[in-house]
Amino acid sequence: MNPSHSPIPISALPVKAEVRDFNFHYGAFHALKDITMPLCERKVTALIGPSGCGKSTLLRSFNRMHDLYAGNRYGGEIILHPDQTNLLDPRVDPIEVRMRLSMVFQKPNPFPKSIYENVIYGQRVRGVTKRSLLDDKAEEALRAAALWNEVKHRLHDMAFALSGGQQQRLCIARALATDPEILLFDEPTSALDPIVTASIEELITELKEKVTILIVTHNMQQAARVSDFTAYMYLGELIEFGYTDEIFIKPRDKRTEDYITGRFG
Amino acid sequence: MSEHLSKQFDSELDSIRAHVTRMGGLVEEQLLGALNAFGESNQELSKLIVERDKGVDEMEMAIDTACANIVVRRQPTAIDLRMVMAVSKAVTDLERIGDEAKKIAKTTRKIIERGSGGCLTQILQVRHMGEQTATMLREVLDAFVRLDFAAAASIVRRDKEVDQHFRAVVRQLITYMMEDPRTISTALDVIFIAKSIERVGDHCKNIAEDVIYIAKGRDVRHLGLKGLAREMGAE
Repeated sequence: MNPSHSPIPISALPVKAEVRDFNFHYGAFHALKDITMPLCERKVTALIGPSGCGKSTLLRSFNRMHDLYAGNRYGGEIILHPDQTNLLDPRVDPIEVRMRLSMVFQKPNPFPKSIYENVIYGQRVRGVTKRSLLDDKAEEALRAAALWNEVKHRLHDMAFALSGGQQQRLCIARALATDPEILLFDEPTSALDPIVTASIEELITELKEKVTILIVTHNMQQAARVSDFTAYMYLGELIEFGYTDEIFIKPRDKRTEDYITGRFG
Repeated sequence: MSEHLSKQFDSELDSIRAHVTRMGGLVEEQLLGALNAFGESNQELSKLIVERDKGVDEMEMAIDTACANIVVRRQPTAIDLRMVMAVSKAVTDLERIGDEAKKIAKTTRKIIERGSGGCLTQILQVRHMGEQTATMLREVLDAFVRLDFAAAASIVRRDKEVDQHFRAVVRQLITYMMEDPRTISTALDVIFIAKSIERVGDHCKNIAEDVIYIAKGRDVRHLGLKGLAREMGAE
């Protein structure tokens, strides 16, 4: 609990990444309009908004997932600190970007491989072959994803043998195994039951000790539970960005208030 | 405020607001009744006030339960959350105003039964205080219904005047007690009554602060009048 009445201004916090005047077009469709917002270091930022507001598009832009489709256009910058790399710069290799920013999707999507091979996949892509290094990395990532104790005796079983919640934690372990600086979560619990959801949320809170997290969620209560900052998006615009407590108790914009209180716009 | 997608949620919130208004009305009746019983030395009326306090207590519990239900079922946010939180606090203050009315009525009975010092019940300042706090109560309930934060802020400011009246009453009663020690028992009772009235002013102020919290999302408790002015100006 923060006894101080007024929180530290967001501009005074260390920043891991910055979205600057970001625009995105799907062909002729202007999906994101002049988005500017920071991702504070080792904090959880939640993107909320109704379907089609552009929150997933924004999240995926961090990972350059729109690259492969002709007609998609990025404008503006997404700057990664401390080296000031513009993730959208065509000279920046998307594979390298994805090592630094890992993504976890809505539905668990393990590769059709063993648990072990799933976790160390990123290391193999990087060319690491030394067995002891790979073993250490697998254990470290599985521990961080709170899965180690459940799978340590069957690392070479197929990943599909795991339950849905375990598969999602495996995907988180796989995302962590490249030592990313930012974790991107695209509705990571919408396919999971409430208990498993609670365990993933707990895990997110633990992970922010080490990494910066950006999460898209349709569940506003989840945003309220796990995030430090919340961005409300509507029709491709960033309507309001601020401390989660402030957004959920006293939003500044009427549109934010209407959305989070479940009112007609 | 526009409506929720869930009509049921709207009607639950409306019902809570309506109950607070009803409870406020009952508490106002109790306060006015107690003040009249004291001013007119009316034994029957004092009895009635004491008996009716149960009704206030029951409403407090009913509204608190309704608030808990909304939190559990709806997970309210923003203005809805502030409304539920503030109502839950405001009903505590209303219930305590009810308690003060009961205390005034009980003490009035004691004074009547003792049968002396009738002149002390006619002290003008006490009547003033009574009228002033009854007005504050009525106005704060109005401000709650209309979410009128400017009216609420003026009630917060007025509480200071009630406190000044209270000190004046105490000074006046001390002179009575010094002049004629036989008045001491009754004078003390009148001080208790004046203290109860002064507390009613405090509770009205608390509710007024709750109204500001609902309407503006700003917590203006413990800021002093300067701080209040600053918060009311800021947006």
